[in-house]
Amino acid sequence: MEKIKSIAKSLTKSREISLVFVLIILCAAIQLKNNQFLSFANINDLLVNATIMCVLAVGMMSVLLIGGIDISIGSTLALTGMVAALIMRDFPQTPAIVSALISIGVGIICGLVNGLVIAKGGVIPIIATMGFMNIFRGATYIVSKSQWVHKEQITPAFQDFTLNSTFGINNMIVVAAVCFAVFAYFLKFTRTGRKIYAVGSNAEAAQVSGINISRIKIIVYSIMGGLSGLAGALWVSKYASAQGDSGKGIEMDIIAACVIGGVSLNGGKGTMLGVVLGCLTLGILNNALPLINVSSFWQDAIKGLIIITAIILNVLTQRTLDKNNLKRREL
Amino acid sequence: MAQTKRIIAAEKVFSWKKFFLQWEWFLILVFILVNVMNMIISRYYLSASGLLTATSSFLEKAFIALPMVFVLIIGDIDISVGSTVALSSVIMAESYNKLGIPMGVCIVICLLVGTLCGFINGFILTKFTELFPMIVTLGTMILYRGIAVMILEDQASKNFPDWFSNIFWGKIGSVPYMLIVFIVFAAVFGIVLHKTTFGRRMYAIGSNRTASKYAGIEVQKIRLLVYTLTGLFAAVTAIFLTSRMGSTRPNIGEGYELEAISMVVLGGVSTAGGKGRFVGAVIAIFIIGFLRYGLGLINTKSEAMLIIIGSLLIVAVMFPNLKLGSLIRRKTKSHK
Repeated sequence: MEKIKSIAKSLTKSREISLVFVLIILCAAIQLKNNQFLSFANINDLLVNATIMCVLAVGMMSVLLIGGIDISIGSTLALTGMVAALIMRDFPQTPAIVSALISIGVGIICGLVNGLVIAKGGVIPIIATMGFMNIFRGATYIVSKSQWVHKEQITPAFQDFTLNSTFGINNMIVVAAVCFAVFAYFLKFTRTGRKIYAVGSNAEAAQVSGINISRIKIIVYSIMGGLSGLAGALWVSKYASAQGDSGKGIEMDIIAACVIGGVSLNGGKGTMLGVVLGCLTLGILNNALPLINVSSFWQDAIKGLIIITAIILNVLTQRTLDKNNLKRREL
Repeated sequence: MAQTKRIIAAEKVFSWKKFFLQWEWFLILVFILVNVMNMIISRYYLSASGLLTATSSFLEKAFIALPMVFVLIIGDIDISVGSTVALSSVIMAESYNKLGIPMGVCIVICLLVGTLCGFINGFILTKFTELFPMIVTLGTMILYRGIAVMILEDQASKNFPDWFSNIFWGKIGSVPYMLIVFIVFAAVFGIVLHKTTFGRRMYAIGSNRTASKYAGIEVQKIRLLVYTLTGLFAAVTAIFLTSRMGSTRPNIGEGYELEAISMVVLGGVSTAGGKGRFVGAVIAIFIIGFLRYGLGLINTKSEAMLIIIGSLLIVAVMFPNLKLGSLIRRKTKSHK
C-alpha cells in the first residue's frame, strides 16, 4: 500500500509526467483493440495530421502565457491560405516559397491588428478576437468571391512541399518540430521570452520593472498571426484546395490542446513539453477513434468528454501537488 | 454615519453632462441611425407590420442574450449556449418522432435538457473553482453538440404537429406571441437585476468575488443558478427556433453564443464583470437585429454582414477607451 502511494506521489509530482502516463495507457488500450495503431505508417499519419495543430498551438501557448486568448486564428488561417492560393491561381509563375511568405506576411498583419486593438484600444482579448474572427472570415469569402481554389489551380511545387520529406521525415513534421524547438528556446532563453512569462504572471509587477507591456502584447499577437499564416499555407498545400470555411472551429481544438498540456488561461504558467503532449493527445484521439471503429458521428462527443475529464484531472493533480508542497513546508 | 451619508449625497449630485454621457444614449443614437437607414432602404419598413416582421427575424436569439447579461455581470462567460440549443432541440424532436411522446411533454423535456446542460456547466465550475468558465464551456460546447450529432447523425428531424409551428408564427392581433414572451422576460430580468438583492449580489460578485464571499454572499450558489438559468433559456430559444424552421438538425444554433455575447457586450456590459445595465443590452439586441434585417433587405451578402457585425463589436468596445472618450470623461471629472 505504501509503495502504491509513493508511486502515485511520484506520478503526480509533475503535470507532464501524469499526462505521459495517461497517454501511455491510452495508446496501449488502442493498440490492444487494433494492432495497426503503433505501426510506422500510422504514426507517421498521426503526426502529419497533427502538425497544423502543433504550429498553431505553439503560438496559442504564447498568447495564453500573457493571459490573453485568440479565437480568430481559424479565420486567419482561412484568409492567409486563401490569399496564397489566389496568388497562385492568378500568377502561376510565383515560386512556392514566395506565396508561403505572403501567407505568413498576411497572417502577421492580421495578428498585428489584433494586438493593436487589444494593447492600444484596451479591448479585452476574447471580444477583440471574436470580432476579428467574423471580420477575417468575411474577408476570406470576399477576396475569394465565395469560390474555392481547386487542386489544378495551385502550383504543383506548392503542393509537393507537404508530400516530400527531409531525411526520411515528412516536411510537415519537420516544420512542426522546428516550431517547437525555436519557441522552446525563444520562451526559455531570450529576453523577450522571459518578458512574456513576466507579463503573464504579474502584469503590474512587469510594468513597474520597466517592461513595455503593450509592446509584448503586440509582439505575441503578431507571432500568433504569423504562425496562423504558416498554418494557412500548410493547410492549402496539404489539402490542395482553399475554401472559405477552412479551419472553422480549429481554435477550440488548439485551446483545448494547450489546456490539456497544462497551460493556464490565467497566464504565466505552461511549458512547451506540456503543449507537445497536449497536441499529441488530441492528435491520437483524432487518429485512433476511426481505427477502433468508433462511428465518426460519435467523435465530437468523445472529444468533448475527454477535454472535460482532462481539465478536471488537471485540477485534481494540481490540488495534490499543492497539498504535497504544503506538507513539505510544514516538515 | 453622518459622514458616509454626506459622501453618498455628494456622489449623487445630478449633472446633465454626466447624464448625457451614458452609454445608453450612444446606443439609442445608433438605434435611430439604423432605423433611419432601414426606412431609406424600404418604404414599407416604418409600419406596424413591417417593424413586427423585422422583430421576429431575430428575436429567438435574444432569449439567450437575457441570461447572458447575468453571466457576464458575475464575471463569467458561457460559450456552450449554441450547442445547448442544438441538443435540446434535437432531443425534443426525436422524443416526438422516434419515441412518440406527445409534443407538449416533449417541450417540457426540451426545457429540462437545457436546464440540465446549464446545470452541468455550473456544477463543474462551482465544484472546481480553479477552472475557467471559458475552457469548461468550451468542453461542454463540443460535448453537447457531439451528443446531438450522435443522436441525429446527418439526418434532419421534422414532422411536428401543426400547432407547434404556431409557437413561433402565432399572433395575438398582429403581435407575435414571441414578442410578448420576450417583453415579459426582459422586464422580469431587468427588475431582478436592478431592483432586487439578488441583482445587487450579482454586481458584487462581478466586481470582487473574494470580497463578496467574505461579505457572506453565497457566490458559488448564485453562479450555479445563473448558469442553470442560461441553459433553460437556451432551451427556450431552441423551442422557438425549431418551431420556426419546422425541422431540426444537429448543426442548428451554430454561432449563437457569439451573437448573444456580441449583443450583450455592445449593450455596455463589461466582460470583466460588475458593470453594465439591462436597458443597454436590450437596445443592443434590437440594434444588431434591425441592422441585420436592413442589410438583408438590400441583399448584403452574409460575408459582408460578418465584417459589419464584427467591426461594430470592436468599435463599440474600443470607443470609450479611445482618446476622444477619455477626454470627455476627464472633462466631466474636473467639472465635478
